[in-house]
Amino acid sequence: MEIYYLTIKEAIGGLKKKSFSALELTKACLQRIKLIDKKLFAFLTIDESRAIEKAKEADRLIRKSTEAFRTKPLLGIPIGLKDLFTTKDLRTTAGAKIIKDYIPPFDATVVRKLKEAGAIILGKTNEDAWGHGSSGENSDYGPTRNPYNLDRVPGGSSSGSGAALASGECLMATGTDTGSSVRLPAAFCNLVGLKPTYGRVSRYGIIAMASSFDTIGHITRTVYDNALALEVTAGNDPYDATSSSIPVLNYASFLEKKIKSLKIGFPKEYLVEGIDKSVEENFYDTIKIFEKLGAKLKKVSLPHTEYAMACYYILVPSEVSSNLARFDGIRYGGERNLFGAEAKRRIMLGTYTLSAGYYDAYYLKAAKVRRLIKQDFERAFAEVDVMIAPSSPSIPFKIGEKIDNPLQMYLSDVFMCPVNVAGVPALNIPSGFIEGLPVGIQIIGPHFKEELLYQVGSAFEQETKFYQIKPEI
Amino acid sequence: MNKPKSYIGLEVHVELMTKSKMFCQCSANYFAKEPNSQVCPVCLGLPGALPVPNKKAVEWTVLIGKALNCKINNVSKFDRKHYFYPDLPKGYQISQYDEPIANNGWLKVKSQKSKVKSSNNETMKQSNNEKLFRIRRVHLEEDTGKLLHVGQETLVDFNRSGVPLVEIVTEPDFDNADDVKFFLEELHVIIRYLGVSNADMEKGSMRIEPNISVVSSQLSVVSKKSKTEKLKTEIRLPNYKVEVKNINSFRFVKQAIEYEVERQIELLGKGKTPLQETRGFDEKKGVTYSQRSKEEAHDYRYFPEPDIPPMTFAKKYIASINIPELPQQKLKRYIKDFKIKESDAFTLTRELGMTKSFEEIMMHPEIRKLEITAQEVVNLLLNKFRNQLSTDKTAEKLIEEIAAVKKLKVDIANSFNEAELNNSITLIIKKNIVAVNDYKKGKLNAVMFLVGAVMRELKGKADPIIVKKKLIEKLSI
Amino acid sequence: MKKKIILTEDEIKHIARLANLPLTQEEINKFQEQLSEVVDYINKLNKINTDKVEPIAQLTDLVKVYKKDIQSSERSLTQEEASKNAKAKKNGFIKTKSIFNL
Repeated sequence: MEIYYLTIKEAIGGLKKKSFSALELTKACLQRIKLIDKKLFAFLTIDESRAIEKAKEADRLIRKSTEAFRTKPLLGIPIGLKDLFTTKDLRTTAGAKIIKDYIPPFDATVVRKLKEAGAIILGKTNEDAWGHGSSGENSDYGPTRNPYNLDRVPGGSSSGSGAALASGECLMATGTDTGSSVRLPAAFCNLVGLKPTYGRVSRYGIIAMASSFDTIGHITRTVYDNALALEVTAGNDPYDATSSSIPVLNYASFLEKKIKSLKIGFPKEYLVEGIDKSVEENFYDTIKIFEKLGAKLKKVSLPHTEYAMACYYILVPSEVSSNLARFDGIRYGGERNLFGAEAKRRIMLGTYTLSAGYYDAYYLKAAKVRRLIKQDFERAFAEVDVMIAPSSPSIPFKIGEKIDNPLQMYLSDVFMCPVNVAGVPALNIPSGFIEGLPVGIQIIGPHFKEELLYQVGSAFEQETKFYQIKPEI
Repeated sequence: MNKPKSYIGLEVHVELMTKSKMFCQCSANYFAKEPNSQVCPVCLGLPGALPVPNKKAVEWTVLIGKALNCKINNVSKFDRKHYFYPDLPKGYQISQYDEPIANNGWLKVKSQKSKVKSSNNETMKQSNNEKLFRIRRVHLEEDTGKLLHVGQETLVDFNRSGVPLVEIVTEPDFDNADDVKFFLEELHVIIRYLGVSNADMEKGSMRIEPNISVVSSQLSVVSKKSKTEKLKTEIRLPNYKVEVKNINSFRFVKQAIEYEVERQIELLGKGKTPLQETRGFDEKKGVTYSQRSKEEAHDYRYFPEPDIPPMTFAKKYIASINIPELPQQKLKRYIKDFKIKESDAFTLTRELGMTKSFEEIMMHPEIRKLEITAQEVVNLLLNKFRNQLSTDKTAEKLIEEIAAVKKLKVDIANSFNEAELNNSITLIIKKNIVAVNDYKKGKLNAVMFLVGAVMRELKGKADPIIVKKKLIEKLSI
Repeated sequence: MKKKIILTEDEIKHIARLANLPLTQEEINKFQEQLSEVVDYINKLNKINTDKVEPIAQLTDLVKVYKKDIQSSERSLTQEEASKNAKAKKNGFIKTKSIFNL
């Protein structure tokens, strides 16, 4: 297998054994990008010379001693960063034309942490502009394509990250998840994607979409890789007043734990009309596998599920309209008429829901419903340890299929966004293929219990090994 | 003819002199710095930046609230206030809307134009010609950048963006410009006593925006006497108020208010209703003028700031915030303990530095020795103050000066009491023939003995140099 | 399909003004339709009784998160960095379209 398809665990093993160098690994990925990215359009900016320089530095450290991996757990690993991540002296566009030439003078906290952990930043990945979307089609630069089928969407909004990783352009890619945006591309690209608990990972330097929903996640090939990366990114940040001081665990150590007798719930409200029959079947197969692994499956209820979307589509655009107010073309970026259609739509909707006369009926009302939804999750977790649900009601759809109807597009988030409303963590795990296209299930856990997600996810992954199936490009 | 009634309220902004800005670590001291040299991603509003509140700024807001007799709320939070302007980098200001840190306070100030007779003590807490003005709220927010208009260009400097700003809003309890001026001057001194700001209008660390509504009085006051016999005044406030911006000194505040009141009276006289608007103040012409900005009322679309968790203030914490002795307390104490004139005590207490000098001097043992009175100390300090001389010297040095001044005074007194001095000299010469003869024989130092004798005789209330001069004159005869 | 138009054209224009978004007539028409549809959908929240529910403003249970009042240059930007991305600058200032307070 090509080294660009290695897991992080395997790559580190290889670097330690000197099977290949960090420079070779980085160059392999850069080559891969040069070869296939014109078909995929996963990257917006490539930082080739700096990546090579950093790879050489990594090799110097590794030559000195492999102990270097102790303090730099991602040393020499080439990664892609979603273009919402502010990178110092490297163009950051948020997938939007209005800031197509923006070069930040600082690094986001997570970027700094990844750099300090030795990761090699290959470049910035494509996305739905500002995170607004679940397919990648709202990128001002053009949609990214699904490596498993180029006519299909890779899921969004971290579309480029999903496609880049699935196609071997890097070994890990970061994303943000405000309504589905890490989990969906992970599901549509046969990958493991984490939406951490709100406040687990610092938001400082990540271009804000909805401040009380945004979570900073990442996509990897395996559960182990994902846990390893969370150990690097998680933790309190004095620059982010909403970041938690709850201790960061050695998440990777939880993977070996068995899930026998673990209580897994599935929300009855999620199994509704509108799911593709094949997705539903896949979900039931998934349940059987968990039962085989010894877990106890139980139906639970999240009674306010039907209101989650409406709640989400009031609160999120409200915060979006506020967070995009700083783009006035004075200190950076162009004029506001350069915003794309979806961004304008959300700004308009959010301005409306916050405006005088409407604030109580919309924003305030939604903020109350939000509490009810959060309580639904808390009550469910008193009965079960984790919950599982399909990550999407459909298989990856065709590019152009849903874009003309925003409301239809919003509804594809129906299983995803209640998780963001409640702030709980969720992990997408590949659950199989339908018509050659990847589908996934999400494992949802209580606040700050990412280790449980990894435990459950790992058990399923080892049983099914879907990560072995690479796309044919 | 019905006399028109003015309702004037104030919105005061005070820039806090914290070391760092409200939500980031940049220096809050932006005065006269190179443009855009004290900024960071947070105060420049770069994408992805997040605010973290300055603990000291919050504490000082509680302090100001307490000094203004406010209730400090148990829970408080920040909110986003949205509007677009080049000096507002995020497109919203982080401020406070419905849960400010402090509210419902008051400040009593002496009024020259008191309209309420104090014979009935059941009226609001007032004494003599003191008036009580209510403070609606005290809240914390961030300052904006600064705009510079040069020809056809507008230039922006973000050094000031993010500096902590405390906003103090009063009820529309004022009905004349003089009261406003006294109130503001008192507030200014209180802020300086607290050590939280220089509150300098010229430098922009204290900003005033009065709002003025004048109505023909038949609309205004409806008085009721309730069962508890308290005079309950129901005021139906007018549905328009005019805000005046761009006022740079207390003197101009008075001028602007007086002009605006007249302007509204004139309009009312013509049967017109004043328009609810924001007006600017032209200090050269002494007039307020319409600012032809959008007539639409601002819709700030306030919502709770999601990036900042709420603040809570426990009773214990609130109690631990100590207010120093404030000007009015000090004034009363000075009059009582030191028996100085009220007007002098007032002037003295305007400057915390002077009061420190005063108190230090009064505690010094030399004062008793030299029999210097409190009034004499005050005279010296006020004299320097009025002549804009520094009082920034040690207590000892100042005491020396007073001693010197006293001699001058005695000298002045002497010119009226020359008789006393001459009598004294004559007497001493008579009593000390030996010393006189010594002097006449050529022992010139003997005169110093005589000078000392005269000084003792006059109990030190003479200038030894003049005494010596006169003795020599006399002895030369 | 029944298309419910809840927002008037004037309302759309008003919102666009508040949001500082210059819109073409085409955009105004399009948003009127699309936003009306979304607003119709979000109105479903009216079905729930939330009289006794406190709104949630903060997902975290955090309170009193502050920073010390210490000046530090760890995030300071130079004048050049601060104005690097601005379209127009002059003598260290960032230049913008002329604003006159009339």
